[in-house]
Amino acid sequence: MFGSSTKKKGGEINYNEVPAHIRRRPYYIIAPGLLILIGILIPFITAIFLSFTNYSFRLPKWGFVGFKNWINMFTSKEFYHALSVTLRYGFFATAAEMLLGTGVALLLKKDTRYSRILKVLFTFPLMVAPAIAVLIWQLMTSNTVGVLEKVLNIFGVYNFPWAASHSTALFTAILIDAWVNTSFVILLVLAGIQSLPKSPFEAAAVDGASSWFTFKTLTFPMLKPFMYIALLFRLMAALQEFGIIYALTKGGPGDTLMNISLTGYISGFTYQKLASALPFLLVLWLLINKTAQFLVKRQRYLAQQAAGK
Amino acid sequence: MSNHQQLTDSSKNKSILKILEPIGRNLGLTLFAMFALFPLVWMVICAFKSDAQMYNTVFVFQPTLENFRAVLIGTDYFKAFFQNLVVAGGAVIITVIAGVPCAYALARYNFKKKEDVAFQILSFKFAPEIMVILPIFLIFQKVGLYDTFFGLIWVYQLITMPLLIWVVRGYFEDISVEVEQAAQLDGYTWYEVFFKTLVPLIKPGMVAAALLAFIFAWNSFTFPLILSGFKIQTITITALRYIASDTVHYGQVAVASTIAVLPEVIVALFIQKHLVRGLSFGAVKG
Repeated sequence: MFGSSTKKKGGEINYNEVPAHIRRRPYYIIAPGLLILIGILIPFITAIFLSFTNYSFRLPKWGFVGFKNWINMFTSKEFYHALSVTLRYGFFATAAEMLLGTGVALLLKKDTRYSRILKVLFTFPLMVAPAIAVLIWQLMTSNTVGVLEKVLNIFGVYNFPWAASHSTALFTAILIDAWVNTSFVILLVLAGIQSLPKSPFEAAAVDGASSWFTFKTLTFPMLKPFMYIALLFRLMAALQEFGIIYALTKGGPGDTLMNISLTGYISGFTYQKLASALPFLLVLWLLINKTAQFLVKRQRYLAQQAAGK
Repeated sequence: MSNHQQLTDSSKNKSILKILEPIGRNLGLTLFAMFALFPLVWMVICAFKSDAQMYNTVFVFQPTLENFRAVLIGTDYFKAFFQNLVVAGGAVIITVIAGVPCAYALARYNFKKKEDVAFQILSFKFAPEIMVILPIFLIFQKVGLYDTFFGLIWVYQLITMPLLIWVVRGYFEDISVEVEQAAQLDGYTWYEVFFKTLVPLIKPGMVAAALLAFIFAWNSFTFPLILSGFKIQTITITALRYIASDTVHYGQVAVASTIAVLPEVIVALFIQKHLVRGLSFGAVKG
């Protein structure tokens, strides 16, 4: 996976024995793309700098305040609540999508006409923008016009609160997240299933291995690298989810859905206290970066193992 | 006797399993299909319901185009649709022009810090959007890029560029280097090699990656929320207004959503074959 080219040294042009102006060519080629991205990186460095000031969009004057913003954050209840929401949302959304997605992918494994049509149709929710997904689910969950209310009425449940209550808001947000993103896991695990070699499975069938045993010792270990990629992408996105929560309740009801992204946005943008919002977001960045690093390393190891190296 | 009994039992079990297995499988698939697809079906149904029918009908109703008229005529939704097209399309064009050469260099040349550069580009994908965007907002306001096409298209590079570079890099790596050497021997200069032999070979994958990047840009919510104001409106932001008002016209919400989703579903149909590879940034060659 990431960094695959290092293995293919033979496929590269060796430009070490050629004149300097040709040797420098790759740098010229990547320069435009890199410059565009690095231009965007400058604000990022600004962010670290500003987190040590009392900068606010409202005040014309500002100066250094040392670690004040950081200490304020670590001593505030708000931060630990936001961290807890971030972790809960990240964990439950990712777990739901991974379990459901892997399960459905295994069901789609057998190639029938039905499964071929479904494979195409399942990619549709994946294309929907988070904010639009929230609108679509408002149409489903509205207590007046929503079809789910009518379904729940059959089971004797009336006025299910969905996003309006403390106890069901997180569930509703994760439901929408799972609606959009489960297909991503399905697609990746299916790609894994299609890449499985045939012979070990034939050998297992000849030996009369039970299907559970085959799954446990063959299918699952070989699918693991693919599942790790799905996990990596989903977890990184779920930990910083903003669109779905903002469109759904803007972090409410109360502070129920205020994860770090939302808290940073509200205090930095709505209340215009940029400097005190930045430590929150830097912590989030650190959390995501470190998790990604860990998962990428682990994925590489698993991919090598699955390839029998 | 018991041995024989067991044998017939287990073969009976197996034949029952053979009948039950497809039933269970298709049942499971159908259940998930309802979860995945019914909201979209319901959205389309709602789009054709009048405000009154919204409340007292479920599936049987008199279809009306009233909602489409209300959303498309005399409002700025159409303008938002068009502006979204300009921003997302512009972002993808810039990305292709600057990113494809970048992908080529990362695939073919062996230079110092190459993997570091590639990782740096990928890490933009995993950077929290809000964290990146708040300082950009500050700077954009200072230099006058706030609420401009140029500013938005530039920032959208964070969405489109890493995707395109990583996916297209993989396609370049799939092409054997001999193809290039053969063309060089024929006397082609390096840019002729690039445009006449390589680009045609990677074109399907490149187009798919560009279209997927377009969808991601089209869907972007955080960036336009913070960096666009009255002048530029994108569809994700404008659509939310339909739910925010006190008297919600659900039919109009449905129409707004349908219009936002439709181009994406069409694009998705075209790039099915390349979807896995694109979505996983080239990590899985589906």
